[in-house]
Amino acid sequence: MSSAAFLVIAILTLAGALAAATLPKLIHAALCLVVTFFGIAALYFFLGAEFVGLVQVFVYVGAVAVLIVFTILLTRRESETTGPFNWGGVVIAVAVFCGLTWAILHTSALPQAAPQIEALTVKRIGEVLMTDYVWPLQCVGLLLTAALLGALVLVMEEKRR
Amino acid sequence: MTTTLSLVLVVSAALFCVGLLAALSRRHAIFILIGIELMLAAANINFVAFWRFGPQPQEPTGVMVAIFSIAIAAAEAAVGLALVIAVYRHYRTIEVDKLDQLKG
Repeated sequence: MSSAAFLVIAILTLAGALAAATLPKLIHAALCLVVTFFGIAALYFFLGAEFVGLVQVFVYVGAVAVLIVFTILLTRRESETTGPFNWGGVVIAVAVFCGLTWAILHTSALPQAAPQIEALTVKRIGEVLMTDYVWPLQCVGLLLTAALLGALVLVMEEKRR
Repeated sequence: MTTTLSLVLVVSAALFCVGLLAALSRRHAIFILIGIELMLAAANINFVAFWRFGPQPQEPTGVMVAIFSIAIAAAEAAVGLALVIAVYRHYRTIEVDKLDQLKG
């Protein structure tokens, strides 16, 4: 695992995330968010979880980003106005980052090198999903159905009285 | 020089804090949802990193948790954006500072 490739991916991901968090125009932020999602998928590939990277691209880039863009287009009227930037959030975020980094760098028990493993195949993931994780899988299916119905009910036109 | 677990954890902490920044400092509801998505993604990176660097990476537990977490995040995004649209229909704005009354 070379460090240079990881650093390039990480810097791209973080730059996209920072742009998505701070750009004034919503549609630009949504496009930067797509870059961030691709970077996160590349991180998963880098860490050896290829299936999670593919799921990330399918779900986030394919579904969530498109959903966000649709919502932006449906709700933009006078929404481009932004007031003064809230610096309290910046202070809190920087403080949390410093605390987390301090905690990570001062933890001595972290393993240093990744062990050599054989690649995690989709076949193995499918087997595990159908044996050990079959109840969580059913629950997630139920949750997605409920979320679909709930979203439909929420955006249905209210009855005129 | 190889990538260590600490480096991955620091990157994911930075991603989490960018999400926190978006969720705390923006007034637009969609930006807050974007921040929450970024924070969830950072947590997923942590799961996968601990799986990869852990002592027993043959058991794909971290990968499974990440996959389920992505599915739940998709459900959350769908419901959250539906709420944004419903609120917009009612108030004609989605700036969270202006949504300050309980009565419709």
